[in-house]
Order: sequence, then structure tokens, then C-alpha cells
Amino acid sequence: MPQPIIEIKNLHAGVEGKQILKGLTLTISPGEVHAIMGPNGSGKSTLAAVLAGKDGYDVTEGTVLFHGKDLLELDPEERAREGVFLAFQYPVEIPGVNSTYFLKAALNEIRKHQGQPELDAMEFLSFIKDKIKLLDLPESFLKRPVNEGFSGGEKKRNEIFQMAVLEPALAILDETDSGLDIDALRVVANGVNKLKRPDHAQLVITHYQRLLNFIVPDFVHVLTDGRIAKSGGKELALELEAKGYDWITKGELQPA
Amino acid sequence: MSATQTKPVAKDAEPIVALFERLEKEGALRNPSWVFPLRQAGLAKFAELGFPTLKDEDWRFTNVAALTKLPFKPVLQLHRHGLDAGAVEKFAFPNLGGSRLVFVDGHFALELSTLKPESGVKLTNLATALNSDFGLLEKHLGRYSNGERNPFTALNTAFFHDGALIHIAANASPSPIHLLFISTSRETGLASHPRNLVIAERGAQAVIVESYVSLDGKPTVTNTVTEAVIGENAHVEHIKFQDESAETFHLGSLHAEISRSANYLYHSIAAGARLSRTNLHTVFDGEGIECVLNGLYLVNGDRVADHFMVVDHAKPRCNSHEYFNGILDGKSKGVFAGRILVRPDAQKTDAKQTNKNLLLSDTATADTKPQLEIYADDVKCTHGATIGQLNDDSIFYLRARGIGLDKARRMLIHAFAGEIMDRIKCEPARKHLDETVWERLEQHAAVAVSK
Repeated sequence: MPQPIIEIKNLHAGVEGKQILKGLTLTISPGEVHAIMGPNGSGKSTLAAVLAGKDGYDVTEGTVLFHGKDLLELDPEERAREGVFLAFQYPVEIPGVNSTYFLKAALNEIRKHQGQPELDAMEFLSFIKDKIKLLDLPESFLKRPVNEGFSGGEKKRNEIFQMAVLEPALAILDETDSGLDIDALRVVANGVNKLKRPDHAQLVITHYQRLLNFIVPDFVHVLTDGRIAKSGGKELALELEAKGYDWITKGELQPA
Repeated sequence: MSATQTKPVAKDAEPIVALFERLEKEGALRNPSWVFPLRQAGLAKFAELGFPTLKDEDWRFTNVAALTKLPFKPVLQLHRHGLDAGAVEKFAFPNLGGSRLVFVDGHFALELSTLKPESGVKLTNLATALNSDFGLLEKHLGRYSNGERNPFTALNTAFFHDGALIHIAANASPSPIHLLFISTSRETGLASHPRNLVIAERGAQAVIVESYVSLDGKPTVTNTVTEAVIGENAHVEHIKFQDESAETFHLGSLHAEISRSANYLYHSIAAGARLSRTNLHTVFDGEGIECVLNGLYLVNGDRVADHFMVVDHAKPRCNSHEYFNGILDGKSKGVFAGRILVRPDAQKTDAKQTNKNLLLSDTATADTKPQLEIYADDVKCTHGATIGQLNDDSIFYLRARGIGLDKARRMLIHAFAGEIMDRIKCEPARKHLDETVWERLEQHAAVAVSK
């Protein structure tokens, strides 16, 4: 067995005194694609925020090991440099910060941390050339401020483009399908699929099964009330689509 | 006949009136003779108004009490105070390419200046011009500034002795012109009153940079006035960069009269001074004018930067935009007051105003006061003001990509300044100012140190 990329054990976390995650346990190994599904308010986005290190969330119990290191004691930027990537549900517009400058700075921080030489402007541009085609983004967007004036679909494609450039060991896609029409969804999913690597993993968080027609997971977990209530293969997603979440939340709970 | 005797003199103006009388006796203010009544009128107005206090509506956020205690010692002749060409070079704008006039404590220093004669432009210092260009100066000098109830402008009119005269002929497009004003700060309470006149004739194209710097030193006063006459269809980019020491009091006013179809782009970058007050007054005297007043102020410690403007839409179909951003740290204070006046004839006016303040500390304050006075009915006028801190979501987004907290904050602060800097069209000036502004910001505690 290779070392897992991430091991989440009995994670309890909340925000402003409200307990949201109540004992979540999940292990993801290299090469795997996991999907977390669940109804609104089940804790999906809280999990993404806690793993990325967003301020305001308190972890009250449990551990998260990333490549064997304690992830929870790291600052958000240190987590990113270690290889955690969060594709935001709502990417932030940052007026005045040029996209190329931003992404080059991010990539070089990560490369520096991982002992690789930093790329200069020319090297960076040739490095990203193919990746920008992968997401079907116009090159002109690199000259624009980060996400400013982008459509919803462009913002999501830009998230996956950043993932392509930063090559994280673990990509967490937080509701990447929300607000996308079917064509945009296909482009985004296609990009994600092409980025699959045997030494990397993906954690896809979604409310709807639709995305999983395009990004086929190895494992599907159902999150209800802050815990994984049921785990299975990709067929579980179809079952959820047909039956809804009620049969799990109201039926017999089986601890993961 | 002296106007000073007909009205009561404000109490705190008495020492200034006495100074004027002494200088007059010594003959320092008498030449040329046609200027003297102008000076007397300036003094009379100052004597009537006195120094402003917080009770004056136009000054209610900016306390100048510390300034009024200074003796306003005049600098009667050029004293280079050891400044040589090498020392001046560090205040240069690299690659601007045109002439540079250097003034030391308000006096023209020929040997420190670089004059590149070009056709279509007359560039000289005012003290020289006063003895030769009577016609041009008599027609324009004081004509645009005199209507104002600003005691400091009046004070300048009473005491000015030198400055720049720039006359650009019709359709000429000379290289950028740099006016560099260096305050030596060699003695507490020295006051200089630079006076500039810019005349851009019909169809002229010009870039004019005024920069104000000081050598580290004692508390002094720079009280500058620039009058600009922008002819029909002229395109003028006018940059003022105030980067004086944290001991200096800086007062500056611009009075611009703009003619039909002209394009006037004015930038005010206030990076220095203990207290700075910049008054901008633009009058649109023709249709189809495009005017942008664009500004950035950076303050820290207990410094104050104040911008006060009146945009006078006197004629129809003119567009005006004011964009002012402030970055405030420590216990500093930023003040913005923008008055847009749309007169009854000024239909189809499009006037916009934005003032944004970024507070880097819990103790900095921003006062912002938009004022729209609209007497025409078919106009578009908008204004907006914000006061806020760095956006947490933006910081988290950058950190989640591997960028450290310090660098994330810097990127966002730089971006906020960049909104203003990017409007500077003259590339060498923009590049130099962008770098210099960033150097100044790096000296602010909240930028250099993470929270």
C-alpha cells in the first residue's frame, strides 16, 4: 500500500460555535477520485474550507494528515505549497492584480517550497501555453485582472486552469459544477479528467450527480449531518440521483 | 490706497501683514510695478480671511493650527544649500526626455536645470519672465486664481517671487516638461510660494510634471499655486507629485480654465508632507471637454492628506471624472471633498466622482464629502465613496494558491494604488511614480509587517 495522500480521522469542526462536521473520517490514496455528495447544510463546503485552512473555522476534535504531516497546523499558503488545492465554489474577483503575475507568483512559491528552480517570465509563459488550451480559455484572459469581469463559466474554468498549472497532489473541487451549463460543464470536467495522475488525487464535492457523469469517481461518499453516512462505488451516485438523500438520512445509518 | 487698511485684519493674519509691509519697504515686492496691486489684493484677501479653522466649512476636517504658528520666513534669494547636479538627480524622472526646471526653496536654479529648447514652446522662470513678458503675464497671471476664497492662494499671490512659465504654441507637442521644486528645509519656518503659469494654446499636446520634494530637515512651508489655461482641442496631461518630508506643510492649488473640446488629465499623487492640502479648481469654459482628476494619497503616522476640489461645469456636453484613492495607516487621516457644480446652461453634463479609502490600521480615519450642485435638468451625475480594509476573501484566495500573507497583502495594496497609477498615460512618468509610490508604501508599518 502506498502512503495515503490524506487521512482525515474523526474530524469535528464548526464555525461561530456551531458544530458542523461531527466525526468525519476519510482516507484518499494516490490515483483515486473521491466524490462527496450530500444535501445542503450537510457540511460539504465546511470540509473544503477546513482542509484549505480558511479563517473562522474551529477544529475541535480529530486529525488530518497530508502525506503524513499534520495539515491542520499549517497556514493556508503552506498547505497550498504542500500540494492542497481548493477550486473555489465562488472564485474571488481581484481587481488590479494581473492574472499572469498572480499565477506566476503562486507557482514560484510552490516550486521554491518543493526545491525546484523558479521560472522566469519567459519560462512561465511557455509552461502555461498548453494548459491554457486544455481549458479552452482565450490567452487574452491572462492579461486581465484575476477573475475580474469573468462570466461564471470562465471563473470555474480559470480555477481548473490554475489547478493545471499548480499540479496539486490533492485537488478539492467545491461545487465546481454549480452555475455551469452543460457545455461549460463538459469543458471543465474534461480538463479535470486530463489532469488525473497516478500520484495525485481528486476530491469532488457536489450536490448533484450530473458532474459525476463526466468526472467518474472511484468512490462516492454521502455526507449527512457532518458525518459520512454511506460509502460506495460510482453506482451509489446514480442511486442517490434516483432516490434522493432521504432514504439515507431517514433510514438506517451505517457508519463509514 | 492700500486695500489692507479698508477692512479689518484677521488677528492671526497680523504677523503676515507686518511681514508684507516690511518686505515692501525693502523693495522686495515692488517689481514689476503692475504686479504690486495684484500682491496687495492677495494680501487684502488673506488679511480678511486669516488662517482657516475647523469652523470654516471648507476646512472642517483639516486642522492647520500647527502651521499657523510658523513664522513664514521668506526666502529672498537663491541659496543652493550645497545642492549639486548629482544630488538633484535622485529626484529626476528617468526617461522623461524633455526640459527640467529646478527650483530651490522657490527660486529658479539655472545651473541645476536642464533646458532643451524646442520649437513651439517657451519655457522660462517667472522671475525672469516678469521683466520681459509683460503682455502674456499681465493677461493671465492671477486671473484664474483670484476668485477663490482660499487664504493660502491669496498668500501666494501676495508673496510669490518665482516659478515656471510654460507657453505651448498652437498645435505644438513638445517633450514632457518637468518642474522640480526642492525645499532645503534648512531653517524652521521657511516658506516658499512657487507660482506657475501654464498656457497650452489651441491643439497643443503636452505633458507637464510638477514634483515637490524636500531634503530631510526642519518644519517648513511650501505654498504653491499653478494656473493652467488649456486652449481649444488641446490635450494636456498634468501630473503633480508631492513627496516632501514628514516635517513639511504643503499647500497647493490648481486653477485650470479649459476651452472647448480640450482634454485635460490631471493627477495628484500625495505621498509626503506632515500635512498636505491640495485644492483643484477646474472651470469648463466650452463644450465637449473631457476632464479627469485622478489622485492617490498615502499617509501614515499622524500625517494628513486633504484633497479639495471644485469642478465647474459652466458649459454643456462636458465629461468630468474624479477618481481618488487613499491608503491610510497609523493614526493618519485622509480627507476628500469634491464639489461638482453643474450650472443651468450645462445640459448633457456627465460627471462622475469616486473616492475610495483603504484603512491599514484601526486608528486611521477617512473623511469624505461629495457635494453635487446641479442646476441643469438633463445631466448624469454620480458619486460614490468607500472606506474599508483589505478584503479577507481576496487574501484567503491568494493564500490558498501558495502566496504568503505578507505578499498577498502587498499585492492587494499595490492593486489599489494601481487603479490610480494606471490612468497615468505618460509611460516613463507612470513607471517612475509606480516604483516611488511603492517604495513609500513599503515604509508604512502595516505594509511591511503582517498583521
